[in-house]
Amino acid sequence: MLKRLDWGKLVVYLALVLFSLLYLMPIYMTIITALKHPVNISLTTAWKLPGNINWGSFAEAYNTLGPNFMNSLYLAVSATLISAIIGSLNGYVFSKWKLPGNEIIFTLVLFGMFIPYQIILIPLFRVLRQLNLYGGIPGLALAHIVYGIPITSLIFRNFYARIPESMIESAQMDGAGFFGIYRRIILPLSMPGFVVVIIWQFTQIWNEFLWGITLTRHSANPITVGLAQLAGGQAVSWNLPMAGSLLAAFPVLIIYILMGRYFIRGLLAGSVKG
Amino acid sequence: MQFKSDRIVALLILLPSLILVGIFVYGFIGQTVYVSLTDWGKGAALAENPEMNLIGLKNYGELFSGFLNSRFRQDLVNAVFYTLFLVSGALGIGLILAILLDRGPKGESVFRTIFLYPMSLSFIVTGTIWRWLLAPRGGINRLPTMVGLPAIGFRWLNSRQSILNFNWQNLPQITAIVVGAAFLFIAFRQWRSGLKKKGFLSLIPTLILLLWALWGARFTPEILSTPEQHGFNLATVGIIITAIWQYSGYTMALYLAGLRGISEDLREAARLDGANQFQYYLNVAIPILKPMTMSAIIILAHISLKMFALIFAMTGPDNAETSHPAVLMYLTTFRANNFAKGAAIAVVLFVMVAVFIVPYLISAYRERRA
Repeated sequence: MLKRLDWGKLVVYLALVLFSLLYLMPIYMTIITALKHPVNISLTTAWKLPGNINWGSFAEAYNTLGPNFMNSLYLAVSATLISAIIGSLNGYVFSKWKLPGNEIIFTLVLFGMFIPYQIILIPLFRVLRQLNLYGGIPGLALAHIVYGIPITSLIFRNFYARIPESMIESAQMDGAGFFGIYRRIILPLSMPGFVVVIIWQFTQIWNEFLWGITLTRHSANPITVGLAQLAGGQAVSWNLPMAGSLLAAFPVLIIYILMGRYFIRGLLAGSVKG
Repeated sequence: MQFKSDRIVALLILLPSLILVGIFVYGFIGQTVYVSLTDWGKGAALAENPEMNLIGLKNYGELFSGFLNSRFRQDLVNAVFYTLFLVSGALGIGLILAILLDRGPKGESVFRTIFLYPMSLSFIVTGTIWRWLLAPRGGINRLPTMVGLPAIGFRWLNSRQSILNFNWQNLPQITAIVVGAAFLFIAFRQWRSGLKKKGFLSLIPTLILLLWALWGARFTPEILSTPEQHGFNLATVGIIITAIWQYSGYTMALYLAGLRGISEDLREAARLDGANQFQYYLNVAIPILKPMTMSAIIILAHISLKMFALIFAMTGPDNAETSHPAVLMYLTTFRANNFAKGAAIAVVLFVMVAVFIVPYLISAYRERRA
């Protein structure tokens, strides 16, 4: 009996380790390639560890992608913070102030997070041009904030739904109004909700590509566009795109490794039910 | 016990968001549909405000049956295959990973982190990395040489082979047969669950569709003047593998949350009934996971139907073999400045996504009201 159990466990661990190797293999390849000198990169020795390490790849990648990195940072930080505030207020209204047609309006808002963004791209492009926001970071931030309304409202609404009505009612007894309740009850309990939304939005905005390439000029290109251009050229030796990939992955990977729990919560919130 | 003035404040807080969503989502969708029905000023297309003339469904007609737009039709076929393989691959591997982790093995959180980290990366990052891994004479193809086997020769991203080919002229008949078969399946299920009359009624569309496909179709005009082969391009395999690698962690997280929600009592009951681990998952757990499977199908289908960045990073936008309507929409609109046709491609994509999303949102809405 004991032996059979151990066999089962062994198979499970073996499978888990095999899968882990499969999932880590690309990162391994990225790191060793980034650390090689261009002359030492060849298809036949691709899997071998670098002989003498070339830290210069990262400096070189940062020289090219540095401005893009900063663009993405400004964009992601500003748009994420505004998104989170709007989402929190919307979630508060959707969960605690059920206005007439609450559910149907909420469903109509949710629809906005499932559309393929190609369907709004042409009007968005034209409207940003008319508003003189085309090409720069503020226009891109506006797009991320507006199309972030559905997901941020959803996450906060589901989060606030767990705050008991009795707490709201007793605050009303004490004479608190709309903002009083928000400040005294909702906001102090909101921390985990804000963390989930901020992580989610930051990751989404940081990783976004379609708007980045269609709505910004060269000087305002986010990191994803910069990386695509760096890696797209045929003549480039592979240490540079690999170092660039690590640079572009760095902030989101750090967030994910440190706060993975919250990242998963945002991920699961994307599925509307439950 | 809410005061009226507070309710007005609540409405005022929500209103800007509603207006923005109204304009940026619904207004813009309407405008794109309108643009797709125009010629966008033809020669004067680059003008700030081109004079647009309504031309009806001409752009759509050209996409589906125009001589010059065969790339769109291959892209559409690619999108269907991308969706089929990404959804089934990510569901299958995600389920296996979730079951492996279900009993909480040692180091569970480390494994979970490893399986899920690709989800946090940009498609551009994963695309760049995997392009190097899938290089024809390096990367993955050299792995077998480490254990003394010959290298793989498959060209993951630039194979010119294509399988499961069909003639686009036969598409109406193929569609009729597929839909007819679906009705047959529905009829069979209704009949088996005792709804004999309903099952019989469901047979009627099956018969009509099959009869038309096999016999009536010769009386309707061809949609294309010449035969045109489309199929599953093997150059997309590399992109599909990358997408599965990135998204199977997501289905794992979804399934794991579902498995953890199953009560210990139910598991105990299954064991007392003599079910082993395998039977427990097959007969008890997987049926309970059905809502997670539905959610995952919706989200993954939605992702693969708008796949742009991954293809852009792996094979570039100009590669017709691996292209996708989302890529073609970008090229048509922003490179060729053909906004009207770009809008039509976007509408086709939108309709394909809406077929998945709208029923899902309606059922979620009903659940919340219940």
